[in-house]
Amino acid sequence: MALIHKKHVMPVQDAKIRAHNFKEVALGYDEETAIAEAQRCLNCKNRPCVEGCPVNISIPDFISKMKVGDFEGAYRVITESSSLPAVCGRVCPQETQCESKCTLGIKFEPVGIGRLERFAADYHNANFSGETAAPVPNGHKVAVVGSGPSGLTCAGDLAKKGYKVTVFEALHLAGGVLVYGIPEFRLPKDIVKKEVETLKKYGVDIQTNVVIGKTLTVDELFDDGYEAVFIGSGAGLPRFMGISGESLKGVYSANEFLTRSNLMKAYKDDSQTPIMHAKKVAVVGGGNVAMDAARTALRLGAEVYIIYRRSMEELPARKEEVEHAEEEGIKFELLRNPVEILGYNNPDDRRDPRNGFVKGIKVIKCELGEPDEKGRRRPVEIPESEYVIDVDCVIMAIGTSPNPLIKNTTDGLEVNRHGGIVVEENTGKTSKDGVYAGGDAVTGAATVILAMGAGKKAAKAIDDYLSAKKV
Amino acid sequence: MYRILTKRQLNPTVTMMDIYAPLVAQKAQAGQFIILRVDEDGERIPLTVAGFDREAGTVKIIFQIVGGTTMRLNEKNEGEYISDFVGPLGCATRTEGLKKVCIVGGGVGCAIALPVAQKLHAQGAIVHSIIGFRNKDLLILEDEFKACSDKLTIMTDDGSYGRQGVVTVPLKEAISGGEQYDEVITIGPLIMMKFVVATTKPFNVPTVVSMNPIMIDGTGMCGGCRLTVGGKTKFACVDGPDFNGSEVDFDEAMARSSMYAEFEKRERENFCNLFKKEVE
Repeated sequence: MALIHKKHVMPVQDAKIRAHNFKEVALGYDEETAIAEAQRCLNCKNRPCVEGCPVNISIPDFISKMKVGDFEGAYRVITESSSLPAVCGRVCPQETQCESKCTLGIKFEPVGIGRLERFAADYHNANFSGETAAPVPNGHKVAVVGSGPSGLTCAGDLAKKGYKVTVFEALHLAGGVLVYGIPEFRLPKDIVKKEVETLKKYGVDIQTNVVIGKTLTVDELFDDGYEAVFIGSGAGLPRFMGISGESLKGVYSANEFLTRSNLMKAYKDDSQTPIMHAKKVAVVGGGNVAMDAARTALRLGAEVYIIYRRSMEELPARKEEVEHAEEEGIKFELLRNPVEILGYNNPDDRRDPRNGFVKGIKVIKCELGEPDEKGRRRPVEIPESEYVIDVDCVIMAIGTSPNPLIKNTTDGLEVNRHGGIVVEENTGKTSKDGVYAGGDAVTGAATVILAMGAGKKAAKAIDDYLSAKKV
Repeated sequence: MYRILTKRQLNPTVTMMDIYAPLVAQKAQAGQFIILRVDEDGERIPLTVAGFDREAGTVKIIFQIVGGTTMRLNEKNEGEYISDFVGPLGCATRTEGLKKVCIVGGGVGCAIALPVAQKLHAQGAIVHSIIGFRNKDLLILEDEFKACSDKLTIMTDDGSYGRQGVVTVPLKEAISGGEQYDEVITIGPLIMMKFVVATTKPFNVPTVVSMNPIMIDGTGMCGGCRLTVGGKTKFACVDGPDFNGSEVDFDEAMARSSMYAEFEKRERENFCNLFKKEVE
């Protein structure tokens, strides 16, 4: 059989149609395409793709099952390593991880590993009707702080080993960034719900509306009989630029804008939570969060500009997300840096309802200069090149700084100068005995799969720690 | 789900409820707040803790019916449940070392000021309370304030009860008359707090204000509650809700609080229409 050089194309909703709805963009393979794509895998001996995966899924093994149409078998291979396959198949940056190492990729396009993973997970969720056997309890209790990707992964791995795991979530719904941050059109919330339900079947208990650091402290968890604690509390306070006008009405952090739309469902007409339906929106930043915010604003009916101070090449968002954004009609104002947000002010009428709302954003043109310490070329402002873009809403998507709640209430927990929790890289072990941490609370804003990798390492380390204690 | 154990109408627009939430009751302190959702799909709103009973496991909330969510909450009766109740959030009001304090409350803000006054009274401080309302019908918590204040002054805008006038009048009289307060603590409408701060500033009396901006998560994630304090961006949910009043940019806070005024109006109308239908 002749080798197919390119990945099978992922069917997507037409850009013109999807720009006006919140339904999922990528539609997924059908069975026939999934098998055909699986057959592109060479099943090479050295398996470089496994090394490229932060949770080391046995990729060639699950693909081998798919080649013969055993999708449930493929799903089982994946879940030996990953607790959230339907999520990872959608939001992992496979192009820089597993797929970047694929042997086939040296000459041709790599195998569409992410697409196959998604298919196996969706197949299971749609067709599996058997019981998930809850593991035999080993009598030990572990607490997990936060129900985002790192916390859910850590909880799932430990529960499968027989630990009694309780996950404490500050919000009213489990999922962390998967429910408040990533939009429905990229990751449907029903999928997250299903993955969480699966973990519950393994015996994981999820307590919502509990803020660790406020409702309970880490030390109190130990007093309550938990023998180890994993902190996966996620990223924290949104950053602002410190320019004039950031407190005007119509300026959001990406976290607030996305939380209103995703968690609180403000994109629906009957939502009790308000969100601004702006005419023209400027999103400041170039990461995945910026793309999510921009594409959400677009779907709410706005014309959207992404303002980023470097060029297309340095844009940190996933290439696929950038392409989707461009197809949908988002405009990129590259090599531009905001200097001021301008507000409306009617001097003749103090009660004019438009007063205090955003009316534009002043930006300055930049060019790329010398590389900085990370090797990225630094943007240099071009004097007297400012101009104003008329917008009525600005969304700041320039990152976050760590949340102070846990560090302020936990004695003996070391943090770095940025406020991130200090851990041993291979275990997630913190400076406090029995306390482990991972995800954005450690690294600052990163990706779902890196957080999952950290949760997985910590689960193993917690098991080692408690097993040693038992002896 | 969180059960409503008691409900009492304090005046035509202000309601008090005791909610069964033992974990929150265990930790709550004066000055902190909670976030609740009335039902699935509901909005998250912050309300300041108006009291707590650690043994009974209850937290007291007092709210004014201002928008769709507070209307829905007010529809709930004793024995019914609300879907979410999380806290205690924010930092407690600092009272250590205070020997003589003037508490200035306005409208429903008095409900939040009360536990602070009670705490100060319990620790032996001299408490002078000035509480203001639009008229006699809106007066709340008079007996409770009497019980914990060494001196209580009640003001109404129209003079229908107590003295006629705004809260800053007796405050200025007291300070210029020689009362030496370690601190003035004020909780109420933004415009009132702004003028309380303007009143105490010439006398250099430290003045703490309790801010209640728009919020979603209440744990330092969304940034919706940001304020400018001393020229810096602060988050009411984790840095506050109490701030040094002389550093707060009140004009900005007032502008930001009206961001969803139009939406709120629509919600109120929708809810009222819905309610009318149920009655018919």
